[in-house]
Amino acid sequence: MSKIKTLAGAVLATTLTAGLSTSALAATGDPVKIGVMLPFSGIYAQLGEAGRDGLKLALKQNASNLHGADIEFIELDTEAKPSRAPELASSLLNQHEADFVIGPVHSGVAMGMIKMLRGKDTVMIIPNAGSAAATGPLCSPNVFRTSFSSWQPSYPMGKVALDKGYKKVYAISWNYGMGRESLDAFAESFEAGGGEIVEKVLLPFPSTNFQSHVSDIADKNPDAVFTFFAGGGAIKFVKDYDAMGLRGKIPLLGSGFLTEGTLEAQGDAAEGVMTGLHYAEQLDVPKNQEFREAFNTEYGHYPDIYAVQGYDAGQAIANTIDQLKGDISDKQAVISTMEKLTINSPRGDFTFSKAHNPIQNVYLREVKDGVNVVQSIAAEALEDPARGCKL
Amino acid sequence: MSTELFFVQLINGLQYGLLLFLIASGLTLVFGVMGILNLAHGSMYMVGAYLVWYFVAVTGSFTVSAILSAVIALGLGILIERVLIQRLYNRNHLDQVLLTIGMIFVFNSLQSILWGNDPYGVAVPEALSGSVPFTDNSSYPVYRIFAAMVCIAIATALYFIVSKTRLGMLIRAGESNREMVEALGVNIKSLYTIVFAIGVMLAAISGIIAAPMSSIVPGMGESVLITCFVVVVIGGMGSIKGAFVGALLVGVISTFAAVLMPTMSNMIIYIFMILVLLVKPQGLFAK
Repeated sequence: MSKIKTLAGAVLATTLTAGLSTSALAATGDPVKIGVMLPFSGIYAQLGEAGRDGLKLALKQNASNLHGADIEFIELDTEAKPSRAPELASSLLNQHEADFVIGPVHSGVAMGMIKMLRGKDTVMIIPNAGSAAATGPLCSPNVFRTSFSSWQPSYPMGKVALDKGYKKVYAISWNYGMGRESLDAFAESFEAGGGEIVEKVLLPFPSTNFQSHVSDIADKNPDAVFTFFAGGGAIKFVKDYDAMGLRGKIPLLGSGFLTEGTLEAQGDAAEGVMTGLHYAEQLDVPKNQEFREAFNTEYGHYPDIYAVQGYDAGQAIANTIDQLKGDISDKQAVISTMEKLTINSPRGDFTFSKAHNPIQNVYLREVKDGVNVVQSIAAEALEDPARGCKL
Repeated sequence: MSTELFFVQLINGLQYGLLLFLIASGLTLVFGVMGILNLAHGSMYMVGAYLVWYFVAVTGSFTVSAILSAVIALGLGILIERVLIQRLYNRNHLDQVLLTIGMIFVFNSLQSILWGNDPYGVAVPEALSGSVPFTDNSSYPVYRIFAAMVCIAIATALYFIVSKTRLGMLIRAGESNREMVEALGVNIKSLYTIVFAIGVMLAAISGIIAAPMSSIVPGMGESVLITCFVVVVIGGMGSIKGAFVGALLVGVISTFAAVLMPTMSNMIIYIFMILVLLVKPQGLFAK
């Protein structure tokens, strides 16, 4: 099948004018197939829906730049269950013959998908999962990421802590990939600058029984606390920290997910929390305002970071199709085109590293009146070290 | 660990244990009296938390919301017992497990449809939002002291009802010989409806009380369910006193385990449960 496609593409490209070839492509009924593997049910459903909405908005906005190519979406619900990932990825690859696969949210699912898709012709774009391995030891020419590596939001926070004069930091997170990698990334820059991690606590995921640890923090009395928690855990930790009277006494720092999509539930307890992330909703970038309004018009609510990441995955596909004039039959060309893109993202422009992870700014944000307010650029055009990647 | 920190953690543990008791009491009551293994008990905890979140958003008053939520939970309990549970009294435990597992899925889907999958939080009611100085660095929130008091009050009330009142006498009689109680002219059917509904309400009240201290997220019911079963098994199935002692033990042990060996903390209560069962296979206060 792919041989015929290549042949047909070559014939069309050589014999017809560009205008004719695109209309011919559209007429042959051979649409660009985009497999969407996101969680639409379970604990991460909200994140999956946001990513999908962003993706579709980008392709809708770019419809006129697709040179007549039709887009077909195939949506599969991962339920954020790693055990289902290989089977679903395999069906997108073999049964649906998807040109692009977008997913997932959860790093465990990412591992299962990469196992199936690595080195194949289908291009995989990860719109969230931050696992270091995806653009590290398991990196592959056809795997891209439009979100972040776990290292990126946390590494700059070590320097932030040092700049604020904190010498002794208590680090706490969940004992799983993202948690461990976040604490390690923080420790890497913090210890290199002479800081000391006085205590490193890794709790079983997804335990949210934090009160005893907050008491322990009060007892150890560090200069600051660094943490990675997300979702319900982030709400509970920030509330416990405040309830036990530590807010305002011992500064709380974190990877940005501590205050993403959780601020309303955290209420006053989150005031003053400082986090690092590659985005902030109020980020003063023209593209951001434009995107937020467009998203709100389309879906009736404002987007979050997961929507931004899905949107940029959609932009990566649209820009690639545009630059290839609608002909994506040569997968080598698709990959080499995508690699060189500069994505005009709501987070600010970014490019892909050799390992296909975004080279992007990480912003220092502080919660003020229930909003993550950007304080400064904590790290400019930060590139993940991509340890173990041979690309 | 300094003496001061030891006492701080002991208080944390007792407070957690009291909340565990409140959740587990309904489970053990329903199992002890009716012999019904209600796996959807955790879902009732979730329902309580979501209801109070919803009503606080609508009415703005925590007290009004808490009362409304508890009453709705009581009604829900009556409905579930009348429509579903009643059919299972003469069936074996496996059928009960199937039904109540099914109910978990139904309640989770309802939660997703009605309230979405965003994590939510409830603010601590204004009157209880203060805190008392505790150690050099930390203070203890008034709401958590209040929550512990409510748990103690409900524990005392349960003990009083079960051991001193006519209703309690009937409950205890029903536990040991259902047919005989029926033969003496007691309407055992409505007695069971009352007991089941109270069990549901206790779970929901725990969810209501826990709401300002925790995050309200999909799946929150399942996470407490397992711990509650550990509490009930350690205390002895069906024993209120057992649930009380079991809950405090589990609360204190898991709190200290969390601080002393965080990576293993989830395992410790199960190891403790195994040890208890080795010595007392029916639990500490089995009948």
